[in-house]
Amino acid sequence: MAFLNELAKREERLAPGHRLCPGCGQPIIVRALLNITDYEIVIAHATGCMEVCSGLFPYTSWRVPWIHSAFENAAATIAGAEAMYKVWKRKGKTDKDIKFVALASDGGTYDIGLQALSGALERWHNFLYVCIDNQAYQNTGVQRSSASPFGSNTTTTPVGKVKKGKEQPRKDIVSIAEGHHIPYVAQGSPHAWRDLMNKMKQGLEVEGPAYLNVIQPCCLGWRFPPDMTIEVARMSAETCVWPLYEVIDGAIKINYKPKKKLPIEEYFKMQGRFSHFLKPENKDMLKEAQRLTDKQWEWLLKREAAGL
Amino acid sequence: MKIGEKAKWDELLTGGVIEDPGNSVNYKTGSWGIEKPIWNKDACINCMFCWVYCPDSAIKVDKDGNMAGIDCDFCKGCGLCVKECPKPNALAMVLKADIEKKGMDVVFKETFGGK
Repeated sequence: MAFLNELAKREERLAPGHRLCPGCGQPIIVRALLNITDYEIVIAHATGCMEVCSGLFPYTSWRVPWIHSAFENAAATIAGAEAMYKVWKRKGKTDKDIKFVALASDGGTYDIGLQALSGALERWHNFLYVCIDNQAYQNTGVQRSSASPFGSNTTTTPVGKVKKGKEQPRKDIVSIAEGHHIPYVAQGSPHAWRDLMNKMKQGLEVEGPAYLNVIQPCCLGWRFPPDMTIEVARMSAETCVWPLYEVIDGAIKINYKPKKKLPIEEYFKMQGRFSHFLKPENKDMLKEAQRLTDKQWEWLLKREAAGL
Repeated sequence: MKIGEKAKWDELLTGGVIEDPGNSVNYKTGSWGIEKPIWNKDACINCMFCWVYCPDSAIKVDKDGNMAGIDCDFCKGCGLCVKECPKPNALAMVLKADIEKKGMDVVFKETFGGK
């Protein structure tokens, strides 16, 4: 355990006193990022829970340079900062090693910020994009986003007599990022802190753009008790709903394969947003959700076996 | 601009820049929870899982990187540290009202037994 003791000695770069819900996983992810590296970091943060709650004027929880950007342009903001840094470096105005990070939640990545993200990846800026994916617009009151999984109960896709939650499956953003053929794409989870920190480190070290998608169980929107955040994240990996994998230069590596893949009910019954799945009349929906999960997992396994 | 002062719009820095990084430490969130964790030093193995999983940076760390207690100024009482602690008797959630009523020593004894 000496590894964590060494990390804990470092100065904390995310100050306490932010106003996120008790049990929120976002600071766990952000602290993993800030603690694992010695580099000076510049962050552009798209609108989202973390951005709103850590930057209530005149307070800030950040001890690193941090730019509050709008919903749609975190990637564009950090691309501008990174381009300026490159010029400074060329002109000899700075000799510091600075790393650039864009943070956003799923709304600012999957939906509103997609074009800025795609543009910055394509222009090959040297930055790490971390999407903290809590699978809905939790901050504004749990509206559906394109990251919400099939059948999830949100305030804009409520469960009633006719409709049973969101009708579409979630968008595969990791494949979209992969489609830009960038050097590093990964998917992580806060329960696997070692794996997550390795991914963040690799994303910062790599030359060129890197994309990291991290699940963030939201106790408010997913409806579970606050102390279960890490348990829910763990179960998402055990049921293969959220596979942990990375794609380095186009070659996939699955970081965690559960010894015994658990059925999706185990993950669903922890969360209030999926409670309707467990009713006998919705058996077909449960089957469909299991089919979607299996399909994705088998596709990943096949890709790994083929070395793609 | 200092916290607590009222400033006019033209006295603020351009772009709403905050000159004092990490000044949210002046905003105490410790009063949020109805429960809080208590720590049994003798059972703790200093694995620091509580530190890595604490959303509020409320685990105190000594100069060797070992666990040194809980910062009750910021702990919101979510209970993640207790849930993720690998030792059964090192951390526990207790009601703040119980501590007020019975005193810390009694609650500690009731929770962890003995010592």
